[in-house]
Amino acid sequence: MGNLLSLTTFIPLIGAAILALFLRGDDAAAQRNAKWVALAATVASFLVSLFILAEFDPNDTGFQMVEQADWLLGMQYKMGVDGISVLFVMLTTFLMPLVIAACWNVETRVKEYMIAFLVLETLMLGVFMALDLILFYLFFEAGLIPMFLIIGIWGGKDRIYASFKFFLYTFLGSVLMLVAMVSMFSIAGTTDIPTLMTTEFPSDSFSLLGINIVGGVQTLMWLAFFASFAVKMPMWPVHTWLPDAHVQAPTAGSVVLAAILLKMGGYGFLRFSLPMFPVGSEVMGPLVLWLSAIAIVYTSLVALVQQDMKKLIAYSSVAHMGYVTMGIFAVNQQGIDGAIFQMISHGFISGALFLCVGVIYDRMHTRDIDAYGGLVNRMPAYALIFMFFTMANVGLPGTSGFVGEFLTLMGVFQVNTWVALVATSGVILSASYGLWLYRRVVMGDLIKESLKSITDMNMRERWIFAPLVVMTLLLGVYPVLVTDIIGPSVTALVDQYESATAAFNAANDVAASEVN
Amino acid sequence: MFSIILFAPLVGALICGFTWKIIGEKGAQWTATSLLVLSAVLSWVAFVTFDGTTNSISLLRWIESGSLATDWAIRVDRLTLIMLIVITTVSSLVHLYSFGYMAHDDNFSDDESYRPRFFAYLSFFTFAMLMLVTADNIVQMFFGWEGVGVASYLLIGFYFKKPSANAAAIKAFVVNRVGDFAFLLGIFGLFLLTDGISFDVIFAQAPQIAETQIQFLWREWNAAEVIAILLFIGAMGKSAQLFLHTWLPDAMEGPTPVSALIHAATMVTAGVFLICRMSPIMEFAPVATGFVVFLGATTAFFAATIGLVQNDIKRVIAYSTCSQLGYMFVAAGLGVYSVAMFHLLTHAFFKALLFLGAGSVIHGMHHEQDMRNYGGLKDKLPKTFWAMMIGTLAITGVGIPLLYVGFPVGFAGFVSKDAIIESAYAGTAGGYAFWMLLIAAGMTSFYSWRLMFLTFYGKPRGDKHTHEHAHESPTVMLVPLAVLAFGAIFSGMVFYKPFFSNDTNVAVFFGAADKSEVTVEEDHAAGFSLIAPAYAATAETEGEGTGDDHAADVWPAEPGKGAIYKAPDNHVLHEAHLVSKWVKVSPFIAMLLGLGLAYQMYIRRPDLPAKLAEQQAPLYNFLLNKWYFDELYNFVFVRPALWVGGFFWKRGDQGTIDGGINGLAMGIVPFFTRTVNRMQSGYLFTYAFAMVVGIAILLTWVTFTGGAN
Repeated sequence: MGNLLSLTTFIPLIGAAILALFLRGDDAAAQRNAKWVALAATVASFLVSLFILAEFDPNDTGFQMVEQADWLLGMQYKMGVDGISVLFVMLTTFLMPLVIAACWNVETRVKEYMIAFLVLETLMLGVFMALDLILFYLFFEAGLIPMFLIIGIWGGKDRIYASFKFFLYTFLGSVLMLVAMVSMFSIAGTTDIPTLMTTEFPSDSFSLLGINIVGGVQTLMWLAFFASFAVKMPMWPVHTWLPDAHVQAPTAGSVVLAAILLKMGGYGFLRFSLPMFPVGSEVMGPLVLWLSAIAIVYTSLVALVQQDMKKLIAYSSVAHMGYVTMGIFAVNQQGIDGAIFQMISHGFISGALFLCVGVIYDRMHTRDIDAYGGLVNRMPAYALIFMFFTMANVGLPGTSGFVGEFLTLMGVFQVNTWVALVATSGVILSASYGLWLYRRVVMGDLIKESLKSITDMNMRERWIFAPLVVMTLLLGVYPVLVTDIIGPSVTALVDQYESATAAFNAANDVAASEVN
Repeated sequence: MFSIILFAPLVGALICGFTWKIIGEKGAQWTATSLLVLSAVLSWVAFVTFDGTTNSISLLRWIESGSLATDWAIRVDRLTLIMLIVITTVSSLVHLYSFGYMAHDDNFSDDESYRPRFFAYLSFFTFAMLMLVTADNIVQMFFGWEGVGVASYLLIGFYFKKPSANAAAIKAFVVNRVGDFAFLLGIFGLFLLTDGISFDVIFAQAPQIAETQIQFLWREWNAAEVIAILLFIGAMGKSAQLFLHTWLPDAMEGPTPVSALIHAATMVTAGVFLICRMSPIMEFAPVATGFVVFLGATTAFFAATIGLVQNDIKRVIAYSTCSQLGYMFVAAGLGVYSVAMFHLLTHAFFKALLFLGAGSVIHGMHHEQDMRNYGGLKDKLPKTFWAMMIGTLAITGVGIPLLYVGFPVGFAGFVSKDAIIESAYAGTAGGYAFWMLLIAAGMTSFYSWRLMFLTFYGKPRGDKHTHEHAHESPTVMLVPLAVLAFGAIFSGMVFYKPFFSNDTNVAVFFGAADKSEVTVEEDHAAGFSLIAPAYAATAETEGEGTGDDHAADVWPAEPGKGAIYKAPDNHVLHEAHLVSKWVKVSPFIAMLLGLGLAYQMYIRRPDLPAKLAEQQAPLYNFLLNKWYFDELYNFVFVRPALWVGGFFWKRGDQGTIDGGINGLAMGIVPFFTRTVNRMQSGYLFTYAFAMVVGIAILLTWVTFTGGAN
């Protein structure tokens, strides 16, 4: 099986092609077929990806299962996974069948909807596997399109505004990245990512328009990539597209957005910013730490006053991504382990929370918190699931939410105690908004007339949540399942980073002492 | 065996919570209860047969990252075992009691099955609490710490239809999180300093930590002090000490068995346990422990003042708990960890007894909780009355002063509380902590007797119908009361020797010294004596000041061995026995004064309290409103947080950020929006697709050709 990666990546695309070419009509049967084909494709992709996991050797810190071929116009098609990317691949393939199952009730333009998700899966998987700069860029940017369409066509009332906001934010960010990629190519003469990772980009400080740029070209390139990844993450203060996008997106779209698409930013930092521009990271790292800490407190406070359930969870997502960026730019084993873990875990937890909103949205067609109250009286199973994921989101030990938060905070504490202090206060705020939301929606007596006949989750909904519950608990109780896989690669990354920045820091210290 | 003790409650909780529809409500309740009894029996077996050697049993790997390696592991030492017997015993009694107490509940309609849920929560709580005390590393302890927090949250909010219960549940969790915030920072600090998080690693490096300076926030500090303070702030949250105490009285919204188990006997003592567990760090942090003593003493006083005027029977006991926890912290802060644990143990018995007794009254009075509507219940609830009487005698500290028959003679609280007050005198040379605790002891007596007098004596007040139908509780509720009453009477006398008698006994009991290696001290006054032995010892060592070097020698000089550590220069335990006679008698006198005053005000002149309240209206209202802490916090924290959140959202996100971006893209967004709106939705797909793909291809092509040239 020499092409496991391509197989996993393109099975969904093949599914989409089948739908596009062979499925005709828009009657109930056609809709059902579309859903089944999509489900089959995503499940197949997941099953194949299990072989990737089985074949993966955690102790090999290089890229594995590499596939390489010439492509059009002399470009290279190169795919591979290492300890940092392999779990994102697994996360994507694991979640997509659940996402398809979650949109089983959709009735408008089902075929196109399914195609959008299948294409999106291929593109997302491509991002995590691509080992060529141009290939990466294609997957990374093209991923915008299906998401843009999912929000713009199947979204809510203000979907046009939201989808364009989403598109413009992410697209403008990536224009800068493109410029940096061009200049990377002109310096290194290759678009091969493994080669670029070992290339030393110039880091001599120089003056531009009277501004002294410490770290030189590396810092500039770092900033260009940062513009793109920070928007994707999203980091404060370029996060405002996310709440709007989430609110307008259909449930399944929100799940993909929160659970997988946001992780592209974090993955980008780990794949590009740290290994390729270590000096740039070293120069700009403190800024990122502070932006992350601000994000955690700021967005948590904003989450506290939201009236819309999805918006609240969206802001909570931004706060949780704050832990990720903080962990990454602490650049030590605990910080990066924690950041990756947090991304995986957030994939399950935020996905589940958006599904929780979806469950009652399907019934009541409103996301307004005030429209609910006392659901536990009629929906005990729902109350239990929602409680579980609320607690996981709050970072309760024993759930996966804790491990990520704990490790990232531990990592950053070793670097900057002020940032750690500010960020750790997030544990208080997350409990506040999480439990308050739960109280207003689920607890209390069931007074509202409109809710008196609401029904508890059906079997389909329960089966969607079951794997998420299992994963959240499993990773919370036995997180070495993840850390064993990512550990060696992260160690290699940290070592490489430290040796790369050692010379720069030494030179800086000398310069500093000369000034004194 | 320890795995069974630990996991039996979890299994019980799962079976009870998830399969009750299959095995029936009764079956579920019995499953949970019997598994807990099993756990309790095994705990006692383990406690009695324990030989003093610390054991670690590793179960499973947990969080690992670089040099950080956390296991799920069980640590068995004396501290663990003391907590094990307290938790499992009280918990199984509370389970049993709940059969009666939760049999009918007006908060639920008849067709709602709330009982299996209640028992599942109780068992889950017990599991989490056991995880906390058996933890072999501080992260696992944090797991238990948070687990009990969740269980507490669920149980306080058990009556989910009551808004007040929901509010109290959130408050409890969030206030606890404030403490957890500091606890987490403490864990991070410990890892940074020792590169490990297991207790063995940390304890072995404690002396080095004390000599390290750590950069924390704006300056460098002594590492041990920083860690100790951070961990203590964590303990303050869980144990409801001053400033983080506001959740505990509100937690009384939960069903009464919950108050007895979680908010009196076990969870709230976790903070004390934490300080005792971290004794090797605490011993090297004199400033931090001084703060612990100060805050504990202040809390003991402060909570007692509020307890004086509360009318809700459960709130009186809640403030009493808060106050008694202050006593324990004073002992822990002074370095007499064994005494802190001693009071923790006895307090668990008599406070659980008082709560369950109060529950029995509430049950008999149809869920009336206001003492102003009680009165004259002695004859209606005779057995409950006697149980409460024993509890009151125990908490107020009734005993025979200065009599010593190998141990002091008196109820549990008499022995352990006096031990703390004597230690406070010895440890602070008769300073602030001593006087605060003494005054608090007087107030404890007053409010406890006030509770008794208002409830059981005098004429019935309030709703006549309720009083006519007041009834004694069923046997299933009275049996736990009897068992706890037994503990409230005897636990002080029985456990005096290993916890407080002298350094040798304590050190051997806690495994810090081997029995074979120390010269077994003959009891100074074996048999009947009218003078306590240590007092006699004063005469012998008079003029030598503080030094009984022999006694201190039994403790190891370096931390690591045994469950608690005592620095070589810490002689409080020994000196506590040497305090003068008046110090030893003073708590007893304070108790009598409180009793006398209560008798005067609530039996002889029942009109007096109202008059006094009127005369001293500002003071009375100040106490009745709990020093206005809730109002203050609402004003300083809650409302500003919401205001800032709103400000960030409206002005920050929507005003500045979006405003700026929109301004930047002013020409773009409206243009697209207009264009798209004009198009039929059927074309949107094609249009957007074409546009985006076009841009993507264009840019890629530019990249490619740019590179090729």
